[in-house]
Amino acid sequence: MAEQSLAAAVDPTAEPEPTAEPEPATGADGRTAAFGEKLRRLGEAAAVPLLALFASLVAFGLFMLALGFNPLEVYELIWRGAFGSYFSWQNTLVRAAPLILAALCTALPARLGLIVIGNEGALVIGGVAAAAAGLAVDTAPPLVVDLVMAAAGMIVGGLWIGAVGALRHFRGINETISSLLLAYIAIALMNHLVEGPMRDPSSLNKPSSYAIPDAAMIGPMPGTNVHWGLAFGVIFAVLSYVLIERTTFGFAARMVGGNERAARMAGLNVGRLILVVCFLAGAAAGLAGMVEVAAVTGRANASLAVGYGYTGILVAFLARQNPLAVIPVAILLGGIGASGGLLQRRLGLPDATVLVMQGIIFVMLLMSEGVVGRLNLFQRTRDG
Amino acid sequence: MTKDVAVSRRAVSRRTVLGGLSAAAIAATPLRAAFAADLVVGFLYVGPRDDYGYNQGHAEGAAAVKQLTGVKVLEEEKVPETNAVEQSMESMINLDGATLLFPTSFGYYDPYMLKLAAKYPNVTFRHAGGLWQEGKAPKNAGSYFGYIDECQYLSGIVAGHTSKSGKLGFVAAKPIPQVLRNINAFTIGARMVNPKATTQVIFTGEWSMPVKEAEATNTLIDQGIDTLTCHVDSPKVVIETSEHRGIFTCGYHVNQQPLAPKGYLTGAEWNWSKVYVDMVNLMKAGKPIPNFLRGGIKDSFVQTSAYGPAVADATRKATDAVKQSMMTTDYVIFKGPLKDNKGNDLIAAGKNYGQTDLWLEKMNWLAEGVIGATS
Repeated sequence: MAEQSLAAAVDPTAEPEPTAEPEPATGADGRTAAFGEKLRRLGEAAAVPLLALFASLVAFGLFMLALGFNPLEVYELIWRGAFGSYFSWQNTLVRAAPLILAALCTALPARLGLIVIGNEGALVIGGVAAAAAGLAVDTAPPLVVDLVMAAAGMIVGGLWIGAVGALRHFRGINETISSLLLAYIAIALMNHLVEGPMRDPSSLNKPSSYAIPDAAMIGPMPGTNVHWGLAFGVIFAVLSYVLIERTTFGFAARMVGGNERAARMAGLNVGRLILVVCFLAGAAAGLAGMVEVAAVTGRANASLAVGYGYTGILVAFLARQNPLAVIPVAILLGGIGASGGLLQRRLGLPDATVLVMQGIIFVMLLMSEGVVGRLNLFQRTRDG
Repeated sequence: MTKDVAVSRRAVSRRTVLGGLSAAAIAATPLRAAFAADLVVGFLYVGPRDDYGYNQGHAEGAAAVKQLTGVKVLEEEKVPETNAVEQSMESMINLDGATLLFPTSFGYYDPYMLKLAAKYPNVTFRHAGGLWQEGKAPKNAGSYFGYIDECQYLSGIVAGHTSKSGKLGFVAAKPIPQVLRNINAFTIGARMVNPKATTQVIFTGEWSMPVKEAEATNTLIDQGIDTLTCHVDSPKVVIETSEHRGIFTCGYHVNQQPLAPKGYLTGAEWNWSKVYVDMVNLMKAGKPIPNFLRGGIKDSFVQTSAYGPAVADATRKATDAVKQSMMTTDYVIFKGPLKDNKGNDLIAAGKNYGQTDLWLEKMNWLAEGVIGATS
């Protein structure tokens, strides 16, 4: 993976950030100008990714054409499989649910300038912790069981990524490498626990922990078959957005991301910021693991490590590390996943087809960072 | 209309366990309209269809079903063992009208398939490897599997005859009953013809992890092992690496002879084509598919690969004789006296565990002669 382009994606200069803040216009029309400026930036922030998305659809269409498929038919199927009906929408949202929480694990530390890619580890270990905690209190009322599970998943996931932040801050260890390595450790630990101390002897060919009580299983949201994990993800994302964009804490965090040394000079407690944000990031992924156990599998087992964490990294980068943008991007990727089956069934395309499409979108979005600030439509024309 | 018409025309049997033998009773109930539209059958695989292994075995079965008239086959590969499989099956039902589904991976069964079976009582679900239990699981659900350890036992006999050092190797995924049963059957077979033979086993911990599989293979060969077999989702890496290192191999899942033209001895293969075609034909005829379906070599659920060039004539004869007795009698692999590899007595002299014995489905031990541990 091109590290430079990854770095570019979190580079705060690529964001419509304070550095690009225009001088407040003087005179009577100052307010209007400021509003126009805001609109311009919002327009650019939305138009550039959409343009990249369109370009990737053209590129993927050419790829399909080269393979002898009608791109329009392919897109029609993708639409039908992902968004074409109520059933398809639910299918998409079910797949998007774990991705939102998993993506926040990368998106939050990115605002501090940290590239954390150990989402899978925090998700897995959070899921195991949630299962263990739920089993420890399985005679309690269902709501208590769920709360204990959520707390356990978030705390353990938070400590897992918090440790990454601590290693980075106190020992200077690269957080990208350490978080990735910790993910392997988490998966190995999970395998050891569900195949050993936590194993339900009746789980013969798929080693698993004992099941949490049926009554404690988190059901679907009313009128849908989408579980409540989706709502948790949306709430967590919105709260993260408010925290990062609308509070002094978030401002301080972004300042560390912009220039750590300057932030230190300004008297900010950088260590505390790193530890807290990393803890929140891990808590998001840990909650995703808890939801997998409490809403999907009912047990901890290898189904926790199926790559939601890794897809979450992709979602975070596509959302340009904006916690709010994580939601639509997760839905887009959920939709692509949901339609993958239909492409396989109707056109006989291999599963890798949707991976190719995801890859093209990813590359196009990274490339699109280059046009930010260069589209005339969105540039200021009056002042200089 | 006898009870097991469809399971096999050749030889059906005490060994094919029919769920509650209630087939005949259910057959008397009104038949579904079989000739309306095409029967839509869905297959779901956990890995790629062309993995030279577990998934390819099932995909070959699906390909055989495609040849039938009046049947439309849907396939989806690389479906993870999460609610994604639930979504994929539901999508097959809702968007494509599937009425018969074969989710083929262990982890699909509980809770995903069971949940959907309860939600869609008019769709028939049959799972590869699960343990369908009367009363516990819905009536429209069921499971099927093959006693492939019989073929591993035959592979063991060939390996025991052919190996010069008597040191055999086994690259295994996880220490679960189905894998342990293969390791033990292979070892018992080898030690029947060469009592000094041992099987060194390495567990990789994952169903599909090519790097670890290659490492395990090389490590085993470095220790002087000259005949190797495996139980992972795709044996491709193990077989190809062994061929490059110039040792003998026994295949698994499908025929890997093309990957190792020199060292391939024989192999344990699924014969899903027969199993799937039989089940689909039952469905087309409006007859019920047994809820619990198992079979071995005798029932053609499994088969062995043709012998490779390195297998001596005497070995072929000796192995064919055992195979012949499997075809015609209730051959017992797991019989006393048998110790585990820690020296404990497992099966007392005179005690037999036939293939259908549920005790074998809970296997958690390694037989004497296996070097390795389950945890």
